[in-house]
Amino acid sequence: MSTVTTAAEKQILTATFSENVITPNRTEGEQPFTLNFGPQHPSAHGVLRLVLEMEGEVITKADPHIGLLHRGTEKLIENKTYIQALPYFDRMDYVSMMCQEHVWCLATEKLLGIEIPRRAQYIRVMFSELTRIANHLLWIGCHALDIGAMAVMLYSFKEREYLYDFSEEVSGARMHANYFRPGGVNRDLPEGLTHKITKWNDNFEKVVIPMLETLLDENRIWKQRTVGIGVVSPEEAQAWGFTGPMLRGSGIEWDLRKSQPYECYAELDFAIPVGQNGDCYDRYLCRMEEMKQSVSLIRQCVAKLEGELAGQPCKIQNFKISPPKRNDMKSSMEALIHHFKYYTEGFHVPAGEVYAAIEAPKGEMGVYLVSDDGPKPWRVKVRAPGYAHLQGLDFMSKGHLLADVTTLIGTTDVVFGDIDR
Amino acid sequence: MTTTPHIDTHLDLPGLKAMQDYLAKKLPDAILEIAVRELTITVAADNVPFTIKLLRDDKKLLFTQLTDVCGVDYLGAKQLHPARFAVVYHLLSMPHNQRVRVKTYLDATNPAVPTITSLHAAAGWYERETYDMYGINFVGHPDLRRLLTDYDFVGHPLRKDFPLEGFVEVYYDAKEKRVAYKPVDLPQELRHFDRVSEWKGITGNTGLAETDNTFNSQEFK
Repeated sequence: MSTVTTAAEKQILTATFSENVITPNRTEGEQPFTLNFGPQHPSAHGVLRLVLEMEGEVITKADPHIGLLHRGTEKLIENKTYIQALPYFDRMDYVSMMCQEHVWCLATEKLLGIEIPRRAQYIRVMFSELTRIANHLLWIGCHALDIGAMAVMLYSFKEREYLYDFSEEVSGARMHANYFRPGGVNRDLPEGLTHKITKWNDNFEKVVIPMLETLLDENRIWKQRTVGIGVVSPEEAQAWGFTGPMLRGSGIEWDLRKSQPYECYAELDFAIPVGQNGDCYDRYLCRMEEMKQSVSLIRQCVAKLEGELAGQPCKIQNFKISPPKRNDMKSSMEALIHHFKYYTEGFHVPAGEVYAAIEAPKGEMGVYLVSDDGPKPWRVKVRAPGYAHLQGLDFMSKGHLLADVTTLIGTTDVVFGDIDR
Repeated sequence: MTTTPHIDTHLDLPGLKAMQDYLAKKLPDAILEIAVRELTITVAADNVPFTIKLLRDDKKLLFTQLTDVCGVDYLGAKQLHPARFAVVYHLLSMPHNQRVRVKTYLDATNPAVPTITSLHAAAGWYERETYDMYGINFVGHPDLRRLLTDYDFVGHPLRKDFPLEGFVEVYYDAKEKRVAYKPVDLPQELRHFDRVSEWKGITGNTGLAETDNTFNSQEFK
């Protein structure tokens, strides 16, 4: 026998045996095979340790061990003011940053009982949709790479760079934008940004999406790897708390942007793609269609922002909740005090508890916020969509082959920033 | 400037009120209140499975999806609630497009709730996490292991009496050639800025000036 060289071979050798009841497939004395998948496995999407119990190459049980990226975000937020807590949300699901900020802003605003300017709502929705595309592009790139299609990633990551540029232009940071604020957005769009977004948007719709579809839609290998894999029935999807494309892929028409619209989604025109079979291929189709819908939503937002909402304020004009203009601070004592209080003490949020949720790219992202009337939240619980999806990996992978586990991890679109928090 | 409401514009508040009245008949022992347009049902710990089952199966309710389960520690917040802990369940009814919150309060000694894993499959990990973070026991849970913290972790980190900086930190032991634990040792004391009394400066951290060497160096004299 040749010596072990590759990492994959070493990985298999480190597999251990565990005691278990004897099933009909095994003779007495034989034990099921237990395989450690990750946390260093390239298709584990970060830091997933998966303990698989197998009969030959067929999976009988999958036990995900999570928490390797646990940073105690919820505890940290309890010790920060509402504005200081915001950057932590960028770092939850670190491929859809602005959507996470969005849910924190909505929860805070709901408890504060404030309304925000229409321009801010459109800016937020526009960037939420850009973020959704960025997330789906990463998902399609990594998912395809995991199951053998290299080229998709190269094309999709190129587009993500343009999206990062937009984020950088508006906030100064490529990834962790810290752009949305309770009461609106931090600053107005720089001149010419909407024009650039439109240009990119048109190209993305006309060139990039058809290209990605050509690569995958009728690709024989892609279909062999995804059709009929990880079938989730509508009942299972509900019982396991699935949301987003994982739920819609199983044929349930449920999108918080439509059914519980927040911001200006009720005024915008878009459709919800729904799958039929609930397998990985249907979820792929759903997400591709979602990107097309996002393109249309961005176009509608740009039209509004350049049209009737041009020149309007982009944050609430209550300076207890948003900072005053720097110019005003030069001449107004009141503005100076507001600025100082805002950035040191922060604002007080009335005692009470709320749950606010958004349709994040991965599913329902929610924040349960308990306030004690102080400048810091008493308790924050983040409901991450990937958490429920990963929990469902056990039932989804039952009876599948080892190679299908990578497909299943890919289709659930897991990111450990929000699962481990 | 035009501002428009941007949250809960879809909400059927009369429907929620009707649901509250209906539940008041079905659950005579529960406390039902609507605050910030959300319905909260407070029940005793033993009644949690019954309540969740009713909410799931009743044709007028159909809260078929468990969105979230989490704990809350009220230590030091007597004004919010006199009990020590609470377990909070969030449920979603897709047919009626409503959300509801079920809450149960627990004492500091031996906090325990019956599990709802047999009613909602999704509860498994949420209950494990709550156990991990708060030490709340879910009686009857088939697999109540820690979930997010390290293997062999001691303590429940989201409890209010668990320090923010923790008790131990990890380092790489070059001799042993492995990652090991040692008591946490911060080069600078964790400063607690009491922002409520900004004008009085920092409170609750006396002795900081003596230990902070910045102000004792020659530069400042």
